[in-house]
Amino acid sequence: MSMGKSGLRSLDYSILQQCMHCGMCLPVCPTYAETRRERHSPRGRIALLRAIADGELAMNRAIAEEMNYCLGCLACTSACPAGVDYGTMVETARAEAEELRILATPKRDFIRWSTMRVLFTRPRLLRLVGRLLWLWQASGLQALSRRWRLTRLLPTRIRELEPLTPRICAKFSHQIIAPIERPRDGGVKHRVLVLTGCMQDLMFSEINRATVDVLLENGCEVHTPPAQFCCGSLHAHNGDHATAQLLARRQLDAIDPARYDAIISNAGGCGSHLRHYDRLLAGETAYSERAREWTRKLKDIHEWLVEIGFRRPAPCGEHRTFNIQFPTPHQTANAEVRGSMLEVGCSRSGDRGRSAPVTYHESCHLCHGQKVSAQPRAILRALPGVELRECAEATWCCGSAGIYNITQPRTATWLQERKVAHLRATGAEIVALANPGCHLQVANGLRAAGCVSTRVVHPIVLLAEAYAAERSTRSDVGQAP
Amino acid sequence: MNAPDSLEGKLREHLGVPAVLTAQEDLLPYAFDGTAALRQVPRAVVFARSAEQVATVLRLAGAAGVPVVTRGSGTGLSGGSVPVPGALVLCLVEMDRILEIDTRNLTLRAEAGVITQQIYDAADAAGLFYPPDPGSMKVSTIGGNVAENSGGLRGLKYGVTRDYVMGLEVVLADGSICWLGNKCVKDVAGYNLRDLFIGSEGTLGVITQVLLKLLPKPAARATLLATFAQMDAAAETVSAIIAAKIIPCTLEFLDQKTIRCVEDFAHVGLPTEAAALLLIETDGHPAAVADEISRIEALCRERGATTLKRAADAAEATRLATARRSAFSALARLRPTTILEDVTVPRSELAAMIRFVGETAARYRLEVATFGHFGDGNLHPTFLTDERDAGEMHRVEEALKDIFAQALALGGTITGEHGVGLAKRSFLRGQMGDASYALLKAVKRAIDPDGLLNPGKATE
Repeated sequence: MSMGKSGLRSLDYSILQQCMHCGMCLPVCPTYAETRRERHSPRGRIALLRAIADGELAMNRAIAEEMNYCLGCLACTSACPAGVDYGTMVETARAEAEELRILATPKRDFIRWSTMRVLFTRPRLLRLVGRLLWLWQASGLQALSRRWRLTRLLPTRIRELEPLTPRICAKFSHQIIAPIERPRDGGVKHRVLVLTGCMQDLMFSEINRATVDVLLENGCEVHTPPAQFCCGSLHAHNGDHATAQLLARRQLDAIDPARYDAIISNAGGCGSHLRHYDRLLAGETAYSERAREWTRKLKDIHEWLVEIGFRRPAPCGEHRTFNIQFPTPHQTANAEVRGSMLEVGCSRSGDRGRSAPVTYHESCHLCHGQKVSAQPRAILRALPGVELRECAEATWCCGSAGIYNITQPRTATWLQERKVAHLRATGAEIVALANPGCHLQVANGLRAAGCVSTRVVHPIVLLAEAYAAERSTRSDVGQAP
Repeated sequence: MNAPDSLEGKLREHLGVPAVLTAQEDLLPYAFDGTAALRQVPRAVVFARSAEQVATVLRLAGAAGVPVVTRGSGTGLSGGSVPVPGALVLCLVEMDRILEIDTRNLTLRAEAGVITQQIYDAADAAGLFYPPDPGSMKVSTIGGNVAENSGGLRGLKYGVTRDYVMGLEVVLADGSICWLGNKCVKDVAGYNLRDLFIGSEGTLGVITQVLLKLLPKPAARATLLATFAQMDAAAETVSAIIAAKIIPCTLEFLDQKTIRCVEDFAHVGLPTEAAALLLIETDGHPAAVADEISRIEALCRERGATTLKRAADAAEATRLATARRSAFSALARLRPTTILEDVTVPRSELAAMIRFVGETAARYRLEVATFGHFGDGNLHPTFLTDERDAGEMHRVEEALKDIFAQALALGGTITGEHGVGLAKRSFLRGQMGDASYALLKAVKRAIDPDGLLNPGKATE
């Protein structure tokens, strides 16, 4: 089957040719580590794609599956001295495989259509589904169905995935964040827009709230449109290039980047894709200029905070357990650890110098996709009462990788266990990370390993807590006789 | 699936189905190693897990008359593990166990497929030191390092892989398994057959296990970055350091093009305006290190260094060395094909050789970047080209011939650390002379009479 002038053959050949197969990517590639077969390594895959572009090899089932076996973690792009654009190659190959319908089955077609084309292109529908799922969980029906083993009635694969169903928040972002919020002291130094994401909005809206709080503390006027489109990363990573472009256009129709100093993303996976709108829409004259402006303004929250010189929260005067209520008390399964969670920012002086050990897991698309690695650490180090402990293989994928834990459960579980072992070895009580997929994967992995007291949290939530603790101390001092 | 009585069928029967690859999409990624512009798809790839399995593979391949090309991680830079037509690739990455660290005799025994970095780390964890550090040490296997006699950044003071091999297990073409060497510091029993296999590029046998010598870990280390406005000033500084009877552990050089590419990748703060850069490291007793590094600084200043900067801590020193190791691959940022050479000359001839490389590139209208191990005279002139441009590739070949000839005229060698492989086999006779070359061929015939092991490599 021939693709004519599309797909890999139409890809700029210099992208394929850039790989000089030195092998520097091998030690960082999780799939090569798992199998030790060159085919499952970045340089091996590039060799296959180049053979397709050269007409030596046809895109076939084996290649299509190979592309899906790749996590897309982009660790190879950080290791590659030659600057090979591996991400573009894999996305092009996946799109070609989808276009040729190589892996298509009616069931797969339906799942792809209903999620990527329907659910994740309609923000209100997505929230409705989220709300229904929340009702199912909050009403106790989920617990009941699990207790009565009704889940046994589900097909095997769904039954295996059912325990992984994420907890949905009681309130979504638009219910706890006003469209425009201004700093308390009125001093506005920057005007920014916050992207609330899809998964982040449904499962971790308190991270979005914390993002806004932290920005307000640092002189930003924060705009948060109540209805936002999916960024399209799910689509781009899974071979649906056309929908990814469509979503990027809608995003740009809804948000004019020129009005803001920065567009803020707090999810590693989304940010990595959002940053490349310039490339995604390069060929569309009506959008290309705006897309370039968007790419210039797009910042990860940690990156932006470091860039504007964020304020270090002051250590507290004395130790006390603060009982700060966030607008949405996070009703997670690890509610029992809430007692300890607010000690961050206050324990150093009170608890005779004891610091809470924190370790940082780097989301692939934050560190490899966006090259934001030092900034989250700078924020964690600025927290009073926190000791940052580095974790082995911090830049390795946790196995979440978008929908990888659903499509490739064996490898995903292997990586999850490997990750959890490294996290545990640090002795950290808190695991900080900045991507919703990683959040679920690591939390599930820790729970499966019996580490129920380890808290998994976004660095920005810790920073927001430290600011809140600081305010609370101040008001206490003010009330003192 | 191949017929049961085919070579592949028999290999599957003995080594298991997953150990034998024959599908096109499995084989294409084994058509190359780290060398530019060499590509040959093998007939099959087989993964062995023990010396006995290697012996089985060699016996079966020998019976079928199929040549065998041994491979580790495939990072070689002379085509040593690029398949020959119709070859079976024997891959040893699954033989990856460190078998013993003997702290009483300061040795480490490992299977051939262990990654060099892991050897270093294991020694380090025991308070010991394995010095050879080829640029690819995070990727390459120890078996590959021994087969190619790899060098590295620390060659100046600590020598190369050969200097650390006390023994090895090798499987011969007929399937016999030999242990050569032992833990004795002194041993003059019989011919030194062990050394014959070090640097033999897979043409004499398959190395399956190595016994390595370790050193006590140096107590202190200091790293210095010096920049120069002219290449000659950097070269003269190197001569001055050696003449002052200081042997640093590392004395690396990068020209401006290389500096810029490396900085573009690694962001370690290299001065991109400098014409030349020296990365110098000394190690040993703290007092000796302090003395040496200050004398080196003084020599750099006398020779007109524009900036001098000491690494603040071990982490920064490691970052700088790691950045330097990326030089070859980082140069690929400029042009699609990077042809890396490793001519080596006596250190006194270094400045002359570098000038000649520059003049030769200009004469053939080629883009060249040069970096390398100045301290041991080992240069890496790297031609930046495009393998699809036949005319330019021809000019590269002509330029290389001139450079090899000049290196030999200055008393040097065509390869300091990458090996002859496919890339330089037509130049070996010229360097060795007819009599020595005939001896080399006689050795090959004696040990591998049917010419099944990596045929056509190293010799023509």
